[in-house]
Amino acid sequence: MSVPALATSGLDKRFGSLVVAHSIGIALPQGVRYALIGPNGAGKTTLINLMTGMLRPDGGQILLGGEDITTLTPEDRVRRGLVRTFQINSLFPHLNPLEAVTLVICERDRIARTFWRITADYRAAVDEAYDILKSLLLAPVCTRETRELAYGQQRLLEIALALATKPKVLLLDEPAAGVPRDESAELFTAINSLSKDITVLFIEHDMELVFRLASRIIVMVSGGILLEGTPAEIAADPRVREVYLGGAAHG
Amino acid sequence: MTAVYPSDAGPQAYLQSQIRWRTAEILFWLATLLPFVATPNYLSLASQIAITALFALSLDLILGYAGIVSLGHAAFFGFGAYAAGLISKHGWGEPLSGLVLSGIAAGLLGYAVSFVIARFRHLALIMLTLGFGLLLLELANSASSITGGADGLQGVKTWPLLGMFKFDLYGFTAYWYALIVLFLLFLVSRRLINSPFGLSLRGIRENAVRMRAIGAESRPHIRMIYTISATMAGIAGAILTQTTETVSLGVLDFQRSADLLVILILGGAGRLYGGLIGAIIYMIARDWFSGVNPQYWYFPIGVLLIAVVLFLPNGILGGIAQLIDTARGRRWFGWLVSPPWRRRA
Repeated sequence: MSVPALATSGLDKRFGSLVVAHSIGIALPQGVRYALIGPNGAGKTTLINLMTGMLRPDGGQILLGGEDITTLTPEDRVRRGLVRTFQINSLFPHLNPLEAVTLVICERDRIARTFWRITADYRAAVDEAYDILKSLLLAPVCTRETRELAYGQQRLLEIALALATKPKVLLLDEPAAGVPRDESAELFTAINSLSKDITVLFIEHDMELVFRLASRIIVMVSGGILLEGTPAEIAADPRVREVYLGGAAHG
Repeated sequence: MTAVYPSDAGPQAYLQSQIRWRTAEILFWLATLLPFVATPNYLSLASQIAITALFALSLDLILGYAGIVSLGHAAFFGFGAYAAGLISKHGWGEPLSGLVLSGIAAGLLGYAVSFVIARFRHLALIMLTLGFGLLLLELANSASSITGGADGLQGVKTWPLLGMFKFDLYGFTAYWYALIVLFLLFLVSRRLINSPFGLSLRGIRENAVRMRAIGAESRPHIRMIYTISATMAGIAGAILTQTTETVSLGVLDFQRSADLLVILILGGAGRLYGGLIGAIIYMIARDWFSGVNPQYWYFPIGVLLIAVVLFLPNGILGGIAQLIDTARGRRWFGWLVSPPWRRRA
């Protein structure tokens, strides 16, 4: 078997006496769609923060494509292809989507320190930004300031910013959070049509979305991994029903 | 709402349209020539305004674009002013090379300080820059053998510009010298903010956390713009020295840093022209108010500042931009924001 795109082993984190991550070991093969589920406070976002370097683990290892990245800064991890989005929009309110995505591409291509050439002269970067926005249906609003966009469009821009970094592994923290059901179709399409080269791990509470998108599911409970399996296995497991689905039959 | 462009015009066309020279800009720069003919008795004031405008522009680059607050920017202005004075006092009064050297001196100081600056934000930054400004002021005060201390630096002589144009009593040479330097550095700034680097600066201002999450390191950017800004502030200070042929401790004063902040907020930060407009209004108002009442002239300035912040939270230029946005479509001010030769019939 080839090297997993992203793997952790024995990952520990505690805040004082509160254990938020307890010997977490996962291995995501390349190109797989993983869902990370679990009740509130299970440590899902903490795990993302640990993997992306926003938090420093007390113990354990994080491997990106077989390479140890445990001590790297968040910026370095992004440059190596491990990228996240945020549960609560973390955008550039006064930039428009075209500027924001172009900014990401310029940073990625290391041209962000040139101040003697105007941005419009970097045609390839601007075209690429526009194509990403087009693929996420944001082209018609790409010259409007981000703060003026509809909430659903801002959620799509979250993904657009992450995609512009050319990620190998994409961590989506509740991509559909707060989006009304009837508007989540666009988000579903966006995630579903992501390149198969990208490994995706997403946190989501909407079980319908989880079962439609994920090829495998990881269930977390109180800082540890309860089990991992295919959607069918997860849906059938009595333990999952007990802690997460509340005993009620699903689907 | 921001400008609406048909999406079929393409993204480059849109970005290109952002950097076109607008009619209002051309009118503005033409208007800067007016003092030569309209108010030839006020050319000294006009050159002071141009110097202050350049100083405000330097603050706008870090505050308005990168979101880095400074309450001690006079440190670099003063450092450039003293550098120019000392170069001249020690026998080299050629203005252009003196200007370049003073700018480099201030830039080097800015580069050194930027390593500390890049690590902090917000309130901590205000305290740091404030402390640094006071430090430099007292240093200049105590090193009186070099700076002349409270008596000011004596013996500054500026040679004629290009060997031909003497700095006259009426400020004629002084104004066009200051104006040309201001215009050139404005062009540099205008290009800078429309570059990928300028885009990253705005990214830092808007959301520093997200910058990390897209793999961007903010600190090298901050160090770079801080150095550029300090260089510009130093050049502004150097022009003051060269055109007035004296340097006093006032160039490093806290009051100067505070006034600068007032000027930028008055005009509108993050708009390039904000500092310029602010400098014009502030300096003319100060000249006028201090003529009316030499003792309490800060009173009306205070009223002005409160009024602007209350009613025009984005400064005077921000207010005008909003007016134009609402009026767009009614074609009242459309000619101001699109260049005359690109207007559709």
